[in-house]
Amino acid sequence: MNAMLAVMRRDLLMVMRRKSEVLTALFFFVIVSSLFPLGIGPEPALLRKIAPGVLWVGALLATMLGLQRMFAADHADGTLEQMAISPTPLVWLVVGKVAAHWLVSGLPLVLMAPVLGIQFDLDPGALGVLMLALLLGTPLLSLIGAIGAALTLGVRGGGVLLSLLVLPLYVPALIFGAGAVESHISGLGAGGHLSLLAAILTLAVFFAPWAATAALRIALE
Amino acid sequence: MLSAHGLTCVRGDRRLFAKLDLAVGAGEWLHVRGENGAGKTSLLRLLAGLSQPAEGEIRWCGEPIGQAESAYRQNLLFFGHHGALKEDLTAMENLGFSAAMDGADFQEATALAALYKFGLKGREELPVRVLSAGQKRRVMLARLAIRKAKLWVLDEPFTALDVKAVDLLSNLISEHVANGGMAVLTSHQTMPIPGGRVVQL
Amino acid sequence: MSNRLINWFKFASPATFYPLAGKMIPVFWVLAALFGGFGLWLSFFVAPTDATQGEGYRIIFIHVPTSWMSMFIYMVMAAWAAMGLSLNARLSSMMAQALAPTGALMAFLSLWTGAFWGKPMWGTWWVWDARLTSELILFFLYLGFMALQASIDDPRRADKAGAIVALVGVVNVPIIYFSVKWWNTLHQGASVSINKSPSMAMTMLWGMLLMALCLWMYSIAMALTRVRAIILERESHTDWVKQLSEVKP
Repeated sequence: MNAMLAVMRRDLLMVMRRKSEVLTALFFFVIVSSLFPLGIGPEPALLRKIAPGVLWVGALLATMLGLQRMFAADHADGTLEQMAISPTPLVWLVVGKVAAHWLVSGLPLVLMAPVLGIQFDLDPGALGVLMLALLLGTPLLSLIGAIGAALTLGVRGGGVLLSLLVLPLYVPALIFGAGAVESHISGLGAGGHLSLLAAILTLAVFFAPWAATAALRIALE
Repeated sequence: MLSAHGLTCVRGDRRLFAKLDLAVGAGEWLHVRGENGAGKTSLLRLLAGLSQPAEGEIRWCGEPIGQAESAYRQNLLFFGHHGALKEDLTAMENLGFSAAMDGADFQEATALAALYKFGLKGREELPVRVLSAGQKRRVMLARLAIRKAKLWVLDEPFTALDVKAVDLLSNLISEHVANGGMAVLTSHQTMPIPGGRVVQL
Repeated sequence: MSNRLINWFKFASPATFYPLAGKMIPVFWVLAALFGGFGLWLSFFVAPTDATQGEGYRIIFIHVPTSWMSMFIYMVMAAWAAMGLSLNARLSSMMAQALAPTGALMAFLSLWTGAFWGKPMWGTWWVWDARLTSELILFFLYLGFMALQASIDDPRRADKAGAIVALVGVVNVPIIYFSVKWWNTLHQGASVSINKSPSMAMTMLWGMLLMALCLWMYSIAMALTRVRAIILERESHTDWVKQLSEVKP
């Protein structure tokens, strides 16, 4: 437990010392989301319709940007090795790293989304659902992304390969996350979608760290 | 206490070494020697449990290290080629993190004393980035001194150390072995530390 | 191991499996040709013309079997990969590696025939229905598996990393399929779904089953051929490979 918190604290500390990394992903989210109205047209009714999907895809892509960072630096300077032979099981340390990654990459997206939602003329209720959906969805993205990041450690073409591996697995999060906002807007209520999203998140919390740990050990061999 | 039987290591499709036996007990240390590419690093990584041998097994106090993982790792200190230091953190923060990883209590005073002993006074609060290569290695020496581990597995520990630091490290290892510890290390130099045997790859 | 018991592990080594596979391949090609011939005859000449869709519907005799095979092969591939990972068996991982391209081909054919079906029937080349969309994602999963294995130089690491991808995929495929189905039902009304296949006359069902068997035999034949090539490549440094008539200069 101690070690897990130590890993989290260390990762957060390092991000504090290089704040640019956090902000780049966030600005990417903002820019990508702003590109869609420019490409499609500013008509409010249309924007309201595409908003959930656009914002979710923006969040997906922004998370993808930061995934490679998760293990690459530790792998390069040997700290990952030390974690692998620590008496604390590696799976706990991975959980710590994923949690830190979410705090740095996912949570800012959750907080930024309402601001962008206003650009798309979403009403406050929809904004609330959007935040909740992203709150459930972004940890899921970090967890699944950890598996991809661990698998592609030190591999040529890592970034693009990581996207190819991870984006198909993101589809359920996208469908239920964006769907939650849409069904709220159309009056059907977001409960179903959000519960399913929460269910997948729970599954991921239990299984993704194991898969990521196995992948890390393979990368370290 | 640490023993290995019939170790075979395959990297890609090259067989580095086969049917290797070794053992090291309290108060002993092994000097692994061989040419570049002979498999010294691979052997040390096998002993540390980072990779699996193609054949053979490694035992710590009679138990295969795969089974007694936690017990083995608590007593193991491994230094690979990389420094295992985070460049953006200070020396003190690095030592603190290592202690948390090792499951050991971190005493700031002890850590500070160790850093001073290895000539890093005044540099303990600087990001490791600004230290020289030799100074970075000295931070690792401090970690060696603080952590109470029975088995030291060190890969090329004398790299980038100046004469004084080489002496400091040799003394550290001698003391460790004299106090009943064990060590396995690779180095291209000969080391005048008593209690050693050579494993030639 | 007692002499009386079957030695199941006799063929678990590449050296013994190679000649066995070589003998089995022609058998499977023959079976594939038999099933295929019979199946195609049923599909084109025996199965009745559909009341609503005319002759064009006959493409389901390729489309549905390829869909089935793409999913089936993924399961088998994941099973081999899991064996290779847990038992540390090289040959099992090689089988997984050999199956992937065939599975990807099946997925691609399923998508392509789906498009060919959609165009004359509903006027569009692509229909975002649940099955086709899941098939597309399955295709990406195959590509990811193959791309990852191609990028990793060390063969054993590639095997194990691929196994993790395959296993994570196996767990996710039902989730993805379900989520896409959910998404599709919510957006219904956009188009007619390809799911609405014509009501099954017995001959149609037989046609599809025979074609499925044909593709199954084909896949086995292809996978065995490919695994022999993989064995030659990965074991090229061993004595038994150097002695083979194919390899000796």
